[in-house]
Amino acid sequence: MMPFTYTQAADADAAVRLAGGQQAGARYLGGGTNLVDLIRETIERPTALVDVTGLSDGITETDGGGLLIGAAVRNTALAEHRLVRSRYPMLARAILAGASPQIRNMATVAGNILQRTRCAYFYDQAGSRCNKREPGQGCDAIDGFNRMHAILGASPSCVATHPSDMCVALAALDATVHLTGTQGERRLPFADLHRLPGDEPDRDTVLQPGDLITAVELPALPTAARSAYRKVRDRSSYAFALVSVAAALAVENGTVTDVRLALGGVAHKPWRASKAEQALRGQPATEAAFQAAAAAELAEATPLRDNAFKVELAQRVIVAVLGELAESGLAGDGA
Amino acid sequence: MSIVDKGKEAAQGIAQSVMKKAVELAPGALLPGGRPDPLIRRQHGHIGKPVSRVDGPLKVRGAAPFAAEIALDGMVYAALAYSTIAKGRIVTLDTGAAEAAPGVVLVMTHRNAPRLNPPPRFLSGDKAAAGDDSPVMQDDRVRWNGEPIALVLAETQEQADHARSLIRVTYAEEPAATSLPTADGCEVGTFMGEPLRAVVGDADAAFAAAPHKVEAVYTTPGHNHNALEPHGATLVWRGDELFIHDATQAVAHTAWSMAQIFDLEEAQVHVSSPFVGGGFGAKGLWQHQILAAAAARLAGRPVRIALSREGVYRIVGGRSPTEQRVALGADADGRLTAIIHRGVTPKTRHSPMPEPFILPTQSAYAAKTFALEVQTCYLDMVANTFMRAPGEAVGTVALECAMDELAEQLGMDPVELRILNEPEKDPLSGRPFSSRNIVAAYRAGAQRFGWERRNPVPRSRREGDWLVGMGCATATYPYHRMPGGAARITLDAAGHARIDVAAHEMGMGTATTHTQVAADRLGLPLEAVTVRYGDSSLPGVILAGGSQQTASVGLSVMMAHQELVGELLKLAGNDSPLAGLGADEVECADAGLRKLDEPGRFESYASILARSGRSELVVEGSAPMPLETMHWSMHSHGAMFCEVRVNAITGETRVSRFLGSFDCGRILNPKTAASQFRGGIIMGLGLALMEETQFDGRNGRIMNRNLSDYHLPVHLDVPEIEVIWTDIPDPHAPMGARGIGEIGITGTGAAVANAIHNATGRRVREFPITLDKLL
Repeated sequence: MMPFTYTQAADADAAVRLAGGQQAGARYLGGGTNLVDLIRETIERPTALVDVTGLSDGITETDGGGLLIGAAVRNTALAEHRLVRSRYPMLARAILAGASPQIRNMATVAGNILQRTRCAYFYDQAGSRCNKREPGQGCDAIDGFNRMHAILGASPSCVATHPSDMCVALAALDATVHLTGTQGERRLPFADLHRLPGDEPDRDTVLQPGDLITAVELPALPTAARSAYRKVRDRSSYAFALVSVAAALAVENGTVTDVRLALGGVAHKPWRASKAEQALRGQPATEAAFQAAAAAELAEATPLRDNAFKVELAQRVIVAVLGELAESGLAGDGA
Repeated sequence: MSIVDKGKEAAQGIAQSVMKKAVELAPGALLPGGRPDPLIRRQHGHIGKPVSRVDGPLKVRGAAPFAAEIALDGMVYAALAYSTIAKGRIVTLDTGAAEAAPGVVLVMTHRNAPRLNPPPRFLSGDKAAAGDDSPVMQDDRVRWNGEPIALVLAETQEQADHARSLIRVTYAEEPAATSLPTADGCEVGTFMGEPLRAVVGDADAAFAAAPHKVEAVYTTPGHNHNALEPHGATLVWRGDELFIHDATQAVAHTAWSMAQIFDLEEAQVHVSSPFVGGGFGAKGLWQHQILAAAAARLAGRPVRIALSREGVYRIVGGRSPTEQRVALGADADGRLTAIIHRGVTPKTRHSPMPEPFILPTQSAYAAKTFALEVQTCYLDMVANTFMRAPGEAVGTVALECAMDELAEQLGMDPVELRILNEPEKDPLSGRPFSSRNIVAAYRAGAQRFGWERRNPVPRSRREGDWLVGMGCATATYPYHRMPGGAARITLDAAGHARIDVAAHEMGMGTATTHTQVAADRLGLPLEAVTVRYGDSSLPGVILAGGSQQTASVGLSVMMAHQELVGELLKLAGNDSPLAGLGADEVECADAGLRKLDEPGRFESYASILARSGRSELVVEGSAPMPLETMHWSMHSHGAMFCEVRVNAITGETRVSRFLGSFDCGRILNPKTAASQFRGGIIMGLGLALMEETQFDGRNGRIMNRNLSDYHLPVHLDVPEIEVIWTDIPDPHAPMGARGIGEIGITGTGAAVANAIHNATGRRVREFPITLDKLL
């Protein structure tokens, strides 16, 4: 562990001044549930930690009927929030599917968003090559153990996946990220925040040095009241997703009027399944249509040595989750 | 006698040269015609009661000091740097930045490490403790990916860790064997010095001629050790004496072995290990204690070394992967005519333990012919070592899945097939069984589990998306008792007894159980007995391994107790109501001695000691050589029943019910025993469904070296596990009890796999059974 300074930021502007002024050596500290691990493994070697957990930890309703979630809100608080549970159940379920109660009690919203891949080769500073850790070094995962790795959107430089569950729901919900940076405040669609690896896998997001996430905004989205999150993993709890699916479905008279679908565990970023959504809108809410939509999304999947099963698994889970939502909708209509 | 059986004897450590002497010393109790341990008859004492752990309050308060929690004045902290190649030489090793880092006291490498003798490899001598006998930082060679190449001492752990990260090394790599296809030196393996091979008749011909037969290859991956407490030690040199607070299951072995390494007398090394956070075969002598002691000597400071989880993966071995072919031939009635169990497992040139997966097959079933063999091949990798039920844990996976496959082919109930093939005597050695009640265990287990509700047609029960199935398998583990047991009893004038024995408490309840046993043996209340253990200064060379510690300690105390009774009768003299009685005419009861058939003739210990003017009486006893296993085939058994639910969409497996029905002789403490059984079964669930060392064949590096990537069952993976037992005493084991520490993991993997087959119709023979194999 490298020596570093630790400062608690009084407000967002102060945080940006503290971090922006220290160039690349500064990191914002949330719950530390990932960053501290990375520091201990010497993957991250910050010279300064700016603690932002004292900032923006509220959840408020917006005028438009959405929610504004402070970046420092703890994962547990978000998952337990009454309006989250009623309006965006997929988000509450996604959060509860991740990590452990202890970790969720510490982890913040922004920290969860900015957590880094759990690729074992990325973590093996001493013994493995990784382009994400050391640009240009090479990737030992592509021909190594890659059961957990990407089947969509990967590049010859990097096949890592984004590990978050919460982010899969945020991607499906069309969230907006509020930022403060050296150039002032701005907003970014959540779907545009994380990057695909391309030939710069060291850049997980489009954030610039000093950028601070201050809040995440959820739009009003009635469709999301009937939504689900299904995570498939190698044990019952405390494991990262092999495949996860966040979905919301609106059906009227047997026809899909709205659908939100995102996948976890399959790509370098939370994967919004736009092709599947497009294929499904206006179609009958039948298993055949769900199958076709899932197949459309997965058509370009490129499996690796150990993860070909993910294509079939993702197909099955998408269809199953949409099917359950369609059925529960029918039940709801009948009630 | 088969070659395997000779191996079994070697496993008990019996050397021919000492046999004659041993026969003379052997206790009648355990030999033919002998009188069984009298405690077996006693049904109303402390034995068999669910006594809570004597160290429980200390542990829940966090007040039980573990090895890496001991604080010593002036102590410095160690961090290790590990190699990143599998084989070759260190070319450059730049420690300048590390030496200049804040707080650093010493950077030790092969250039400045003191000259050390090679660690005595476990089993190479009666007190050899090292799991790995390669030179410890003595040269520039690298023998496996993860071998320690440097050690940093600093004033704080963080400073040591930071300095360690500043060490820069380059290597000249050499071609390494890091996967079975590249392995060399393949040969029949040895276990405890004897070949792993047994042949009875012509099994291949019998198999070819059998009307019913199954043949399949089963693979199990490597497993790494993951005790709750990672390995650690705190140690200090005082003059030429070395004091080690260690986490070990072998205090006496460690003291002797460290003396050999550092050119000391055995008495100059003191090993203390009162609490161990799980051993499972891994808590022996590894490089970290040796390196820490060497560095402490160089630095002149006490040293604490606490291996990180990664450190345990890098330098402490695990269970080696296996590829096992099982072929079973049966006649029209289902009686086995051929048992073939052959396969291959890797080993290293510096460790003693290729996985002996044929062990459970030696005495499981009656058959006319056998062909058993373990081929081993050398790899350049971290040591393979003992892990809970080495051999049986993964050997039963192959054998017991094959039995299930055979039952299906025969259209027989798997329980009935096993009972039909129950042997009358040991099928290889021909010896009688000391006590074998597996049929009773099966009957009781099947009834309790509701086995009759199992539909033999696979994939016939579905609840929503979940396919439900049941499976069973036999668990088995031998009774061992190793030579070297000894114990001391100190009886004081107040009638309090202290048992001193160099045994170990790794969480299984050693202190508790032996308090109960000693209290019954001495006729004392529990409060009047203290068991002191976990220190190399105490009597005995007792390994907490092979599920044999209870037998070893129990018999040692029994022998000391015989001495005690003799001494007490002598002291009692002619003025006592006991005057003129011999040792076999009295028993211990009510804190004194009384005549067996005349309870009125009694004198209390306090009275005897007071009249003889003694403040205390100290006696020591030694356990004789373990000849009981020469006369009997001695094994514990279990009938394992599992119910699983497999998701038809995702392939996720959830174990919904599990029951283990055990036949392990007398159960001394149902509370701690149930915990042992359940712990073993939980470990077996991991073996079945998720545990797997990811050993990267490109460079021999273990990639999942933490508890996030190396999956063990979490709470939600573990259903309520019911354990029951026959509680039939083994007349040829001390207290009538065979060991119970390891058997729980055996049979479990196969029970799960067989249940998955019943649920889904899929036979997965490549372990662990992850969901992708069930899609």
